[in-house]
Amino acid sequence: MSQPFRLNKEGLINRKKKISFTFNGKKLFGYEGDTIASALIANGIHLVGRSFKYHRPRGFFGAGVEEPNAKLQVEFNGHSEPNVNATEMELVEGLSATSQNCWPSVNFDIGAINNFLKMFFPAGFYYKTFMWPKSFWYKIYEPFIRKAAGLGVASIEKDKERYEHKFEYCDLLVTGSGPSGLASAYAAAKNGAKVILAEDKPRFGGTLLTDDVSIDNLSGKDWAEKIITELKSMPNVTVKNRSQVFGYYDHNMLVMFERVSDHLEKKSKFTPRQRLWYIRAKETILSTGSIERPIVFGNNDTPGIFLSAAAKEYMKVYGVLVGKKPLIFTNNDSAYETALEFKKNNVEPIILDTRKEHSSELIDEAKSKGIDIRFSHGVIVANGYKKVKSAKIGKLNKDKNSFEKIETVDCDCICVSGFWTPSVHLASQSGNKLKYEEKIDAFIPDKKKQHETSVGAANGLFTLEESLKHGFENGSNLSAKITETKTEISIPNVNEKKYGAHDKFWCMPLPKNENPKRFVDFQNDVSVSDIEIALREGYRSIEHVKRYTTLGMATDQGRTSNLNGLQLVSNIENKIVPEVGHTTFRPPFTPITIGTIVGREVGMEYMPTRKTPMHEWHEKNNAVFVDAGAWKRPRYYKQGSETLFEASKREAKNVRENVGICDVTTLGKIDIKGPDAAEFLNRVYTNAWMKLPVGKARYGLMLREDGIVMDDGTTTRISENHYHMTTTTAQAANVLSHLEYYLQIVWPELNVNVVSTTEQWAGAAIAGPKSRDMLSKLYPELDVSNDALPFMGYKEAEFFGVPSRIFRISFSGELAYEINVKSDHGMFMWEKMMEVGKEFGNQPYGTEALSTLRIEMGHVAGPELDGRTIPSDVSLNGLVSKKKDFIGKNSLGREAFNVESRQKIVGLIPIDRKSSIPEGSHIVQDQNAKLPNPKLGHVSSSCWSVENNNPFSLAIMKDGKNMIGKKFFAVSPLKNKSIEVEVISSHYVDPEGKRVRS
Amino acid sequence: MLYIKCPYCGLRAQKEFSYGGDATVKRPNINEEVSSEDWDNFVYMRKSPRGKHIELWQHIAGCRQWIKVQRDTATHEIFQTAKVTEEIR
Repeated sequence: MSQPFRLNKEGLINRKKKISFTFNGKKLFGYEGDTIASALIANGIHLVGRSFKYHRPRGFFGAGVEEPNAKLQVEFNGHSEPNVNATEMELVEGLSATSQNCWPSVNFDIGAINNFLKMFFPAGFYYKTFMWPKSFWYKIYEPFIRKAAGLGVASIEKDKERYEHKFEYCDLLVTGSGPSGLASAYAAAKNGAKVILAEDKPRFGGTLLTDDVSIDNLSGKDWAEKIITELKSMPNVTVKNRSQVFGYYDHNMLVMFERVSDHLEKKSKFTPRQRLWYIRAKETILSTGSIERPIVFGNNDTPGIFLSAAAKEYMKVYGVLVGKKPLIFTNNDSAYETALEFKKNNVEPIILDTRKEHSSELIDEAKSKGIDIRFSHGVIVANGYKKVKSAKIGKLNKDKNSFEKIETVDCDCICVSGFWTPSVHLASQSGNKLKYEEKIDAFIPDKKKQHETSVGAANGLFTLEESLKHGFENGSNLSAKITETKTEISIPNVNEKKYGAHDKFWCMPLPKNENPKRFVDFQNDVSVSDIEIALREGYRSIEHVKRYTTLGMATDQGRTSNLNGLQLVSNIENKIVPEVGHTTFRPPFTPITIGTIVGREVGMEYMPTRKTPMHEWHEKNNAVFVDAGAWKRPRYYKQGSETLFEASKREAKNVRENVGICDVTTLGKIDIKGPDAAEFLNRVYTNAWMKLPVGKARYGLMLREDGIVMDDGTTTRISENHYHMTTTTAQAANVLSHLEYYLQIVWPELNVNVVSTTEQWAGAAIAGPKSRDMLSKLYPELDVSNDALPFMGYKEAEFFGVPSRIFRISFSGELAYEINVKSDHGMFMWEKMMEVGKEFGNQPYGTEALSTLRIEMGHVAGPELDGRTIPSDVSLNGLVSKKKDFIGKNSLGREAFNVESRQKIVGLIPIDRKSSIPEGSHIVQDQNAKLPNPKLGHVSSSCWSVENNNPFSLAIMKDGKNMIGKKFFAVSPLKNKSIEVEVISSHYVDPEGKRVRS
Repeated sequence: MLYIKCPYCGLRAQKEFSYGGDATVKRPNINEEVSSEDWDNFVYMRKSPRGKHIELWQHIAGCRQWIKVQRDTATHEIFQTAKVTEEIR
C-alpha cells in the first residue's frame, strides 16, 4: 500500500499514525494530520467529482476554504454528511468518502452527456427552456433538474450527535492566526485585553507554515508556535483552532463555528460534535488573509489543475506532490516559490510567466537553480479528460490578445496563480464599504460601520514585514483604548524574499478555430461565454449578471471566481472594476451544519415545558396531553380503548349530569394592587369597574386601541386595593405587557402595580349540577348556599387546613366553582377533590370536553376572538360601557364596525343532525356555484353537543343573527366535505344562563 | 443581534427585549373628546423613517421596564437609550 505521491520527509503530518479510509469503496490510507484531499492526492487520486451542470470530471483545486470542486459525501462516526469540503475535513479512522453528483460512478457519469450538449445549456437556460407547457414544471422538469443537479444526499436518520451553543464576550476577537493575526493577538494580550484568537484550520500560523521566511531568526512555523504557546499560557487569552468565524452581525456580534470532535476517533459521551459561538467583541481584528485567484484558460477545470499556493501547501504541510511534471502558470512572483519547492523535492517544473522577461529576487533564484522559465507565455488549453496530460502553450503577443509559437508540452499538473484577493467577506458583512485597490486589482476594506479593523493580507498588505507591523500596531492600539495600558513591543526582524510587480492579466484568449470552455466559476459551471451571453442579453448590473449566470452563487461564494468575473464584465463593458462594483457578501462564509445552528434546542429541549402541579396525577390517570403554548394540558383522560371523541363526550356529559373537575392552573393570573387599581381596570376593560364590591368577581372584556377584542377573563376584588385578574392561557404574557405599557408609559400617574402570579396558584374548576354538594363536602364549615356564595361571588377559606380562594365563576355554563391554592398544595387539593367527589360521580375532564361545554353554551374563546372581531361581532356588546372611556373605545365608532351586514357570531347545526362540521369550513349559499364562490363566513369552533346529541358549531357569519332559520352549506375543500347547515342562535344550551345562577 | 443598554440593567442582548413601536406617538388623553382624525392618526398612522428613530422596547426577560431607544433604522446603530420618563433629543 504505497502512496506514490507522498514525499519522504516533508510535512507536518504524523507519519507514525496510519489512518485507513475508503474512497468510492476503495480502501486507502493516509496519516494523522491529513485532510481527505491530501490523502487522496498522496494516493494519486485526482478525479473526485463531477461538475454541477455539465458533469465534467473535476479534481482538487485548492487546499482549504477556497476549494470549489471537491465536495464529497462523507460517512464517519455513524453519520453521513453531504457536501463536505475534502480540503478541510481531517482524515479519521474508518471514514468513508464518496463522490457526489455522478451516476452510476465518478468514472462513468451518464450526466456528462450534458458536456457534449453544452451549446444547449447556456446561461439562463432554465429560465428560457422549462417555461412551457406550464404543467410540465412540477411533474417532469423540476424533478429531473433536481435529480441531475443534486449535490450530496442529506441523511434522513436522526442526528445522534450533540451540538452546543456558547455565548462569549471579549475585548478583541482576532479571526485568523496568520502573521498579522498572531501579531495583533499578541500585542493585545500583552496590554491585558481579553482576547479570542480563532483559526479555521487545525494548525495555527497561516502562511507562516508554507512561506520560506524567518522572523527573529526563527522559521515562520517556529515563530508561530512560540507565539501560540505563549498566548495559550495567558489567562486573558482564548485560542481556538478548527474554528471558523463565519458571520459578522449587528453591534459587533460575530458567530463562530467550532469543529470540536469531528477529527477525533473517540470522544467522551458529552463532548459535542460542533459548537456555535456567539461572540460579542468590543473590537474585531480581521486577519483573514487572502486567497489566490486563478488565470482563466481553456479547459482550466481539468483534474490536476491547482492553485499554485495550494500545490505548495500540499508539499509543505502534508508532504504530498500534486504532480511530478508540473507546469507553473503565473502572472506574479508568488508561484516561483511553488516552483522552487518542487525543485527542492527533485521535481522539475516549467514556469510560464505572462510577464516580459525581467528580474526579481525570486526569478533570479529560480534561474540560478536552472528552472525552465518561459516569459510572455501562457497555457492556452489543457488536454486530458479525467486528468491533465499535456497543455497547449503559446507565446503572447504584445497586446496579449493572441499568441504565436504554439506547442504542446507534457505535464501531469498545472499550478496557476493570478495574484491574490484579500478575504474581505467579514469586513463586508459588517457593513464596511469596500474600495477597489488598483495596485492589487482587488477590493479592500475602506469605511467601517462597526468596530472592525482588517490587518495584513486581508487589507491588501502582502509582505510579511508590512503584515506583522500592521498587526502589532493595530492589536496594540485597539486594545490599549479598552484596557488603558500599553506595553511596548519591539517589532521583530523579518527575512523574506522581495516580490516584483504582478501582471494585470487574468484570462487567456481563445485559440483560432477552437472553442474550449474557459471556466470562471467552477462550482456553478459558469464560463466566460456564459457571462458574455448575459451581457449580450442586456444584463448590466453585476447583481443581475450574478443571478442570471449564477456566478459566485455556489457554496464557495465565488472565492476564486468573483474578481475574474468582475474583470470580464468590466472588459466587455469598457468600464473599470470599481464602476461595476461587487456583489454582496453574506454569512455564512463557509457552509455550516444545521445541527450547529439548532444546538441543544431539539426534541424536549426545543422550548421549555410548563407542567401544572397536578401533572403527575394526570399522567398516572391516562391523560392524553395537548400543548397549550408551553403548557401541557390534559386533553382527555382515556378509559380503556376510548377514542378522543368518545372520551370527551363522556367527560362533558358527566359535567352536565353530575360533576367534573378540570385543571385550570394554566390560566393567566395577574395580581393587581394599588389605590388606583379600580380606576385602572375601568380604563383597561370595556365594562364598568368602579363599583365592584370586595368579594365579588366580574367578567371583563379587554380591547386593543383599534377596537379589536384582545382578551377576556374574570377579575375579582380580593380587598379594597387588591384585585386578581385572570386571562386566557394563550394571552397571559401579552396582557401583562399590555398592562405594564399603560402603567409605565401612558398613565404613570396611576398608583398601581401588576405582577404575574400564574405559577403561584394551582387552580381546579368544579363544574356540574352536583358541584355545590361536592363543595359543601370540601368545605364542611363554610356556608356555600346560593345566598352566601352567589354567582360571581368570592370567598377565602381553608381547604383541609390549606388556605384557598373560592371563585364562583363558570366557563362550562354549569353551576361551577374555581378553587385556587398555592402551587405547592395543588396536588393535595386535586387528590382530595377526587376522593371527596366520588360519591357525586365526579370525573376529571380535559380541554376537549371543556371546549364542548363552552361551545354549546355559546361562550367565545380564541377561535372567535381571533384578532378580527369587535365586541358586537361576538355578542358581547352588552359589556361595552357607553358612559365611560376605555382602551379602544374611540375605535368602536368606525364606520366599518357598524355596518349591519358585518360578520357576527351564530350557531350552526347540520340538517341531517349527524355530520360533524369541520372547523375552518367556509359558509356558502350554493355549494355548486362557480368559483370564486362568495364566502358568507367561516366555522370557528365545532363540537358534538352532549346536551342535544348532535353536532353543533359556532360560526362568524355575514348578517349574523338575521340569518337565523336560513340554510347554507359549510364547505371544506381541505376535508373534501360539504354539509348543509341551518343557522341557529349561538347559545344552544341554556340561553338564559339559569344554570350558572342556580 | 442588537446590544441594547437597558437604563436599569445595563448592556443586554436583543433576545431579552421585545420591540414596542414608535415612542413619539402620544395617546390622546383618557376621558377627553378626540376628533376621529386625531384618533385614527394615533391608532394607524406611523412614520417609517430611514435613519434616527426613537422607539419603545420592553426588557421583557429582565426588569420588565419599557424603555426608549434611539436607533438608526438603516444601520441599527443605537445612539441613546433612556427611561420612558426621560427625554431623548
